[in-house]
Amino acid sequence: MTLLSVQNLTVRRGECPVVDAASFSIGPGECVGLIGPNGAGKTSLLRGALGLLPFEGTSSLAALPPRQRAGQAAWLPQTREIAWPMSVERIVALGRLPYLARGARLSPTDQNAVDAALTRMGLQNFRTRLATALSGGEQARVLIARTLAQDTPLLMADEPIAGLDPAAQIATLQVFETLAQEGRAVLTSLHDLSLAGRYCTRLIMMGAGRIVADGTPDEILTAARLEEVFHLRANIVPTPNGPLVQPLGVIQ
Amino acid sequence: MKLFGALMVLTGAMFLASLFVGYAAISIPDGLTALFGRGNPLYVTVMQEIRLPRTLLAAMIGVSLGLSGAAMQGFLRNPLAEPGLIGVSGSAALGAVIALQTGFAAAFFLALPITALGFAGVAVALILLLAGPRGSSLTLILAGIAVSAFAAALTSLTLNLSPNPYAASEIMFWMMGSVANRAMSHVWLALPIMALGWVALAGLGRGLDALTLGEDAAEAMGISLSRLRVQLLFGTAAAVGAATAVAGAVGFVGLVVPHILRRFAHGRPSTLLWASALGGAAMVLAADLVTRLVLPERDLKLGVVMALIGAPLFLHLIYKTRREFA
Repeated sequence: MTLLSVQNLTVRRGECPVVDAASFSIGPGECVGLIGPNGAGKTSLLRGALGLLPFEGTSSLAALPPRQRAGQAAWLPQTREIAWPMSVERIVALGRLPYLARGARLSPTDQNAVDAALTRMGLQNFRTRLATALSGGEQARVLIARTLAQDTPLLMADEPIAGLDPAAQIATLQVFETLAQEGRAVLTSLHDLSLAGRYCTRLIMMGAGRIVADGTPDEILTAARLEEVFHLRANIVPTPNGPLVQPLGVIQ
Repeated sequence: MKLFGALMVLTGAMFLASLFVGYAAISIPDGLTALFGRGNPLYVTVMQEIRLPRTLLAAMIGVSLGLSGAAMQGFLRNPLAEPGLIGVSGSAALGAVIALQTGFAAAFFLALPITALGFAGVAVALILLLAGPRGSSLTLILAGIAVSAFAAALTSLTLNLSPNPYAASEIMFWMMGSVANRAMSHVWLALPIMALGWVALAGLGRGLDALTLGEDAAEAMGISLSRLRVQLLFGTAAAVGAATAVAGAVGFVGLVVPHILRRFAHGRPSTLLWASALGGAAMVLAADLVTRLVLPERDLKLGVVMALIGAPLFLHLIYKTRREFA
């Protein structure tokens, strides 16, 4: 059983392909990290796979009707937007929107999902606070909780831990790890290679729109690949908690 | 639901006040019987043919402007958005001015509002054409600004070329907006079109709630943005186009009412929709009452009073909530 299957996905910006014939599939229990330098096409790949961008090729998610897709995959965009001064709980409850009939109130199931999401992200005490009055990192956690409340088999997140403090970064990735252990799947783009190596069960590395490598963190995070794809000279230390990447310098 | 109750009471009170306050002093019992066609025939005429259409129109226009203001702010995620932004009211005003200028307004009884409505429809078609089917909210704003500017220029041109000062002053007076001296036929012309618009706008709640998190997140939650946009444009054009067609340009309602009520709606765009509809009705009814109570002999215009109340109120609100949007 796969939760997302992408075949020869190509996304073009004008004539130029920003994602070039990407193929992969994700099954339950996987926490997949999407890594690559800026402009490698990570966001376009994620948005294309969801059907939010015009694309060529096939994606099992994009083929679904929108409402059904929303029940299969939750999406956390890179731009964090909370337009109106709403309470944290109300923002998180927006994640239940795909399941609610027009004008319906939250059912006990919905309320449970919201409570569980708030607990997972450690936001119980923020419930009644105005989300717009929180700090950037706290808002990011609220928005992650919103995607968790959607309670989908697959969670797709675009740089979810950017701007979080170290503890919140680890807490968030631990939540993702737990989701995978519960039999769901996570596909997330990340820039911190050490954290990616530690918490992801699998890494997909992108460079210039192509999937360069796909495998376990130990297979993917090699000095040669970092040099070739990231233009980075790095020291890679294998540890029991996964490979530790210490960047040393930039290759011109 | 406390909010709903409070707004219903407020709007109801304004509605009754609007029916029973006026130039002719009619007691409430006399007025009530007259409203149902009994008692003093003079009172019957006043109640049924002057006060009732005026009150109904004020309430309908308030609902239209409040609802479309809340919808527009929700869609654009901007507290400064207002229904006039997409150029519908400007275009409807242009239609009315042209009807007055060419004398077509005198051709038959409802010639003026019908021309205004036609122009509102043309404006929406133009905006859809300019902004394209998949465009973002930014292209929609830009297209709206372009259409508004063009409509304003053509309105000025019409005034500029106006042959006699009498026509120009009639146009000016009409552009200030008013619900005085309207008949039930105005209500019957506007009501079905406005009602279509209300239905379209009231159905936006879910989508606007989702849009709180941005366009991408909303779309991933199963909301079709292109459908949402067409529904918003159609609803606003029908509601505001019909309002402008029968009463002229009345500003500030769509901007100020959602702004006042946002806090009481807990910021939720779907709650704000119906709250602003009721609040808009209360506000326009109140402003129309002011035109009757202050300087009744000088024929104050509704649009002028609305702006005089609205602008300071808006400033006060910005002053109070500036931290929220800092």
